[in-house]
Amino acid sequence: MMARLPRHGLAQILALVMILAVDRMVSPQFFDLRMQDGRLFGSVIDVLNRGAPVVLLSLGMVLVIATRGIDLSVGAVMAIAGAIAASLADSHSLPLVLAAALGTGLICGLWNGFLVAVLGIQPIIATLILMVAGRGIAQLITEGRIVTFTSPDLGWFGAGAILGFPAPVVIAAGMLGLTVAVVRGSALGLLIEATGGNARASELAGVGTRLMILAVYAWCGLCAALAGIISAADIMGADANNAGLWLELDAILAVVIGGTSLFGGRFSLLLAVVGALIIQAMNTGILLSGYPPELNLLVKAVVVLAVLLLQSPRLAGLAGLAARLRGARLRLKGAKA
Amino acid sequence: MKGLPPVVITAIVLVAGFAICATQYPNIASTRVVGNLLTDNAFLGIVATGMTFVIISGGIDLSVGSVIGFTTVFVAIAIERLGIPPWLAFVAILVICAAFGAAMGGIIHLFDLPPFIVTLAGMFLARGASFLLSTESIPINAPIYSTVSDFALRLPGGGRLTAIAIIMLIVIAAGALLLHLTRFGANVYALGGSRATTALMGIPVGSMTVRIYMLSSALSGLAGIVFSFYTAAGYSLSAVGVELDTIAAVVIGGTLLTGGQGTVIGTFLGILIQGLIQTYITFDGTLSSWWTKIVTGVLLFAFIALQQAIIVLARRSVLRRAGATS
Repeated sequence: MMARLPRHGLAQILALVMILAVDRMVSPQFFDLRMQDGRLFGSVIDVLNRGAPVVLLSLGMVLVIATRGIDLSVGAVMAIAGAIAASLADSHSLPLVLAAALGTGLICGLWNGFLVAVLGIQPIIATLILMVAGRGIAQLITEGRIVTFTSPDLGWFGAGAILGFPAPVVIAAGMLGLTVAVVRGSALGLLIEATGGNARASELAGVGTRLMILAVYAWCGLCAALAGIISAADIMGADANNAGLWLELDAILAVVIGGTSLFGGRFSLLLAVVGALIIQAMNTGILLSGYPPELNLLVKAVVVLAVLLLQSPRLAGLAGLAARLRGARLRLKGAKA
Repeated sequence: MKGLPPVVITAIVLVAGFAICATQYPNIASTRVVGNLLTDNAFLGIVATGMTFVIISGGIDLSVGSVIGFTTVFVAIAIERLGIPPWLAFVAILVICAAFGAAMGGIIHLFDLPPFIVTLAGMFLARGASFLLSTESIPINAPIYSTVSDFALRLPGGGRLTAIAIIMLIVIAAGALLLHLTRFGANVYALGGSRATTALMGIPVGSMTVRIYMLSSALSGLAGIVFSFYTAAGYSLSAVGVELDTIAAVVIGGTLLTGGQGTVIGTFLGILIQGLIQTYITFDGTLSSWWTKIVTGVLLFAFIALQQAIIVLARRSVLRRAGATS
């Protein structure tokens, strides 16, 4: 039963509600909202706002993992895109800045996709290359400094607001809508799942698996670049060393919490986003409660392990066996009666 | 390509790189620089030896950097705050690390989970635990620390082979013996070749998995002790990102990431190549340290592409042979 729950997403939504309830207990003003300068403020908005980069990353990551892949380089791609956006922001127009940063993310994603789909390298290793080198490249762009900018146009991506909601939240929600519409509105999602389920069989059945893999990594790179732009806009600068540091792990964690199997073949975009919000709600809760933020890592470790054990095929097999035994016993009793 | 194992290519790259560096900066070719290179990378060499076993067995261990960080903090607190004799602290931390690795190996085997994600959880756990112990850097002033850091074998030419460099060389030699000459080592290769076949051959896959991760974590613990000798302090943020450097060194050393092939000596050469890049950058003075990352990334790509080419060629020759017999 437990093993079947994640499919319907009940477990994740319950977990999020529970964590929010705990947050409410820790900080009674948690759900308070107030309007200031045409923008909503409050802890809940803060969770959404701070969670936006990881939500964006997990939108890309979930599709990559659905093809049985993984992308370790998203943090580094964030750093590169942020560095490019910050260094161009004050001298070029906004469309050009965005095009340059997003284009670079796309190229990074295509590079990863090329290594995985064409050269046939294991995803974890293929993306490790960019994870190691990417941060170096970002530092090359910023020349090892923290590049700051003053352009209000780019700054809008961090501090702006639409209808009272912070810009990062609106952008993340828009990307979620777009991804769901494209992937689930067409056969694309099915083809991606087929690729992850059994690449060879899909290939023989006429699915362009290589193209699928190339496309999901490119999409992941694009999402990472957007997350990088938001992070850079948030602090009005680019820090090549720390932008997006370890966020690839958060994104993978969000996807795994969302019930997407690391073995590929099925995925849920919405639940991955719920997973990202769960992580952020935990972070915010720990901060509000006054516990040392270092506790975060321990909590995350426990959550990963718990989710993994629930997902484990071996444990599902045991649960199934127990259920069958119980059923058999009941039937026996029925026969006796 | 055939008959030229990756480790030979690594050796050629190292020698060529060293020659290029030496022609540009003749001082690099001195025992002083080489001695320092060994000292600076001592902890990396020790971790990488354990990682070689894990990767040859078809797994991966992302927790090594955090385990090093945890070890330095634990040792510092045990010695400086609790007054435990250093040797006892060392034994205790090695036992803790071994148990930690055994637990990860056990979970990987029992629940049939990808090693990558289990050791990722281990990485969070160890780093979080070290943060909980202390977030400050704790200096270690125990007398044994100054004794060990003063100890060094004099090399001809004024170089010093420090105690921690000697520890690394011993670990690498012992690792090479264990991997290439014992039954345990043969089983590690078998496991990386094919898990199912290994199990059918009657090799206890479960206990092997547990022991391999135990070895990796225990060596990370030893590396942590060595690191605390190197910096004379315990700090929870030390050795962040070391897992990547280690994996890179193992791959550059010619170990196949899919498992089943590799050598400890190759890993050692991989460590030396990374150290050489750093040394070159230090000598140059105008290059920033991030060039290390870019060059490492490029080398990583080159070696992975090379591995892929070797695999494809091997598969083709097998196919051709199969075609000839049928």
